[in-house]
Amino acid sequence: MHLFSMFLKFQHHLYCLCLPQIRVKPDHTGVVTDGVKHSMNPFCEIAVEEAVKLKEKKLVKEVVAVSCGPQQVQETIRTALAMGADRGIHVEVSGKDYETLGPLQVSKILAALAKKEQADLIILGKQVADFRDSGTFASEVNIEADKLKVVREVDGGLETIKIKLPAVVTADLRLNTPRYATLPNIMKAKKKKIANVKPADLGVDVSSRLEVLKVDEPPQRQAGVKVETVNDLVGKLKEAGTI
Amino acid sequence: MIVNLPVPFGKISRRCVGALKAVQAEHVAPQVYSTRSSSSTLPRITTHYTVYPRNKDPRWEGLEMERFADEADVVIVGGGPAGLSAAIRLKQLANQHEKELRVCVVEKASQIGAHTLSGACLEPTALSELIPDWKERGAPLNTPVTEDKFSILTEKYRIPVPILPGLPMNNHGNYLVRLGHFVRWLGEQAEELGVELYPGYAAAEVLFHEDGSVKGIATNDVGIAKDGSPKDVFERGMELHAKVTLFGEGCHGHLAKQLYKQFNLRENCEPQTYAIGLKELWVIDEKKWHPGRAEHSVGWPLNRNTYGGSFLYHLNEGEPLVAVGFVVGLDYTNPYLSPFREFQRWKHHPSVMSTLEGGNRIAYGARALNEGGSQSIPKVTFPGGMLIGCSPGFMNVPKIKGTHTAMKSGMLAAESAFSKITDENLQSETAGLYIPEYEEAFKKSWIWKELYSVRNIRPSFHSYFGLYGGMVYTGIFYWILRGKEPWTLKHNGLDSAQLKPAKDCTPIEYPKPDGKISFDLLSSVALSGTNHEHDQPPHLTLKDDSVPVAQNLAIYDGPEQRFCPAGVYEYVPLETSDGMRLQINAQNCVHCKTCDIKDPSQNINWVVPEGSGGPAYNGM
Repeated sequence: MHLFSMFLKFQHHLYCLCLPQIRVKPDHTGVVTDGVKHSMNPFCEIAVEEAVKLKEKKLVKEVVAVSCGPQQVQETIRTALAMGADRGIHVEVSGKDYETLGPLQVSKILAALAKKEQADLIILGKQVADFRDSGTFASEVNIEADKLKVVREVDGGLETIKIKLPAVVTADLRLNTPRYATLPNIMKAKKKKIANVKPADLGVDVSSRLEVLKVDEPPQRQAGVKVETVNDLVGKLKEAGTI
Repeated sequence: MIVNLPVPFGKISRRCVGALKAVQAEHVAPQVYSTRSSSSTLPRITTHYTVYPRNKDPRWEGLEMERFADEADVVIVGGGPAGLSAAIRLKQLANQHEKELRVCVVEKASQIGAHTLSGACLEPTALSELIPDWKERGAPLNTPVTEDKFSILTEKYRIPVPILPGLPMNNHGNYLVRLGHFVRWLGEQAEELGVELYPGYAAAEVLFHEDGSVKGIATNDVGIAKDGSPKDVFERGMELHAKVTLFGEGCHGHLAKQLYKQFNLRENCEPQTYAIGLKELWVIDEKKWHPGRAEHSVGWPLNRNTYGGSFLYHLNEGEPLVAVGFVVGLDYTNPYLSPFREFQRWKHHPSVMSTLEGGNRIAYGARALNEGGSQSIPKVTFPGGMLIGCSPGFMNVPKIKGTHTAMKSGMLAAESAFSKITDENLQSETAGLYIPEYEEAFKKSWIWKELYSVRNIRPSFHSYFGLYGGMVYTGIFYWILRGKEPWTLKHNGLDSAQLKPAKDCTPIEYPKPDGKISFDLLSSVALSGTNHEHDQPPHLTLKDDSVPVAQNLAIYDGPEQRFCPAGVYEYVPLETSDGMRLQINAQNCVHCKTCDIKDPSQNINWVVPEGSGGPAYNGM
């Protein structure tokens, strides 16, 4: 069986709040990406780890790592190769197209690739799960006969489901603990192949239906105020017009 | 237990992962030590295997400690200006002479340039020698210096000092650069030539042949827990063997520290002296922006006996960006001095506020730098290895420039290594090549001429007249004699030995940060983007856990709380009894090395943490 492990670059402005070194461009058309590190996020690391584990259990024949983005994502694909993926596919999307790349275009790309490669299983980091809902938030994955047994983390507890292949699984935090990509494996990964593909080759149009009008930093958090008594609190709330 | 690769937002979620997984973690009984002064037992601070060897540790019994090894012709520790220049030069020579040469560079930062921090004002001499067509190749030297300003500051006023041609601070022909971006560009040039770059892998250990010569290095192990025990994902580092290993760890490298002892490299030179440089990047009001202007000042807020000063460089990189920073000599005597707070209060000087007001701070970082000059240069070559760059220390202190000399030293090391490696008739006495030609070449080069001519300027500050004596000396002897005076002044000895006991000194009243021009330490550290895998032994190791409270706190009032620019060291009250304990917040460390240098007990030994940890500087 072929197995797909997919992971994607996140658009940085989703994480503006958490990243001190991400800044809005002076002309407010986006965020500064020059020099900012592009890396695999933890959910994707877990996805890759799961794929490699399935291969080590001999349940799966080949692990292909895919990433969409500019030249720099090749480093991330190399890391996946160092962790144990067999080959990589780099879907080249750069510049303005990359900035406006949204879930719709990404899902089209992945669907087209999955068909082309005849993938039996697609594993993703859970943050990109918004376009599929089978096997999401997986905390355990097993292959039994021709079906995939997935234990899912849902609001009410754990749910075990069996799904037919080909299927999509998204990895949650508790699925596994990713291994380190050690230096000897990084060196070996240099010899593994990464194919370059353009979205157009897959018949996907990445032009955005959305136009980014303006990007702003979140407003500065205002300092809180400490009050001494309950009356003070009521007074302040009245002042602020909330009661 | 997480992959050894940092992600900006991933670090945050990694902390969440860590918190979630804490429930699953096994609770190991804390190892304890007793303090001499109190009867309570305290959790051990230091758990690193360099202090508590694993071959005696029962938790490590039976674990496979064998390492995978690989061979290269040259291994270079450190992907900074020196290391990359050496790598580039080696490959240039290899291509020129049609020889195969495997050159590997290991770098502890997750990306080339992420741990680089400097002013910086670059003299392009070495670059033009190394890559003559640097401009066509897009080297990020975008801001030629158009204006030099030098001032002596008093609390309220600014006294301009003319920079006559011939004085070391004259910057005609130089460029204001974001050194991190320049280093990144050098990395790209190196990769194009076929150099193997491995960022994210720290050289943790020097390997030796049986004859005592250097065999290569081993990268850091991964997957050791905070208490020093092995985790499930434990893996040994890898050994990289080489015919010769170049050590370019920058100022006060941790492997270099071992090599000095191992090969007695410092027996004929003075101890190195240092300064700490703190730096911020600001986006300022366009009206106040003068691209190409290089401003330096001395004086306020430092007193005349504390060496130091400021820089403010107006960069021309598409937006009104200035690089602003403050340097304090680490031979200062008052343990209450805080270099960070001196920097923050200097920004409130009217002449500086006028530039920064209305602007926005976007980056912060700090690094130690060398001040010893030619008197403090050790032997730079030993069997199997060579020292390059700021590690042995080629900084021209009055010029405050060390990048050009670092690059040149890398190039000279590469040239001498290349001839030795490719010499077919070579009969080496040692398994690791001994290359004295490097030392000879560097003594004959312009590096030595330059450093020798300015050798007396920094030590001239040690007199009673302090700053003013130094300026008079520079003005008279250097400007007229250019260093030809027959005497060589000495430094004062180790920086760590200069602190006076706290009881003999006055605490300094620093103003509170206003949040617009000056800031508090923790929000500054956040801007450095620094992080480390939290579940690893603290890499700020103590030879003796009881010394901080017994000596540093008791005699010097805990100066590490003040000289660390990242808030790593905190003395906190004990929970269950009276007294204090030292808390080491290793995750904050920005790898500046100041603590290893300035600790009056010389009890702190900085070792390299898991690769990829540390600051995430972008174009610093």
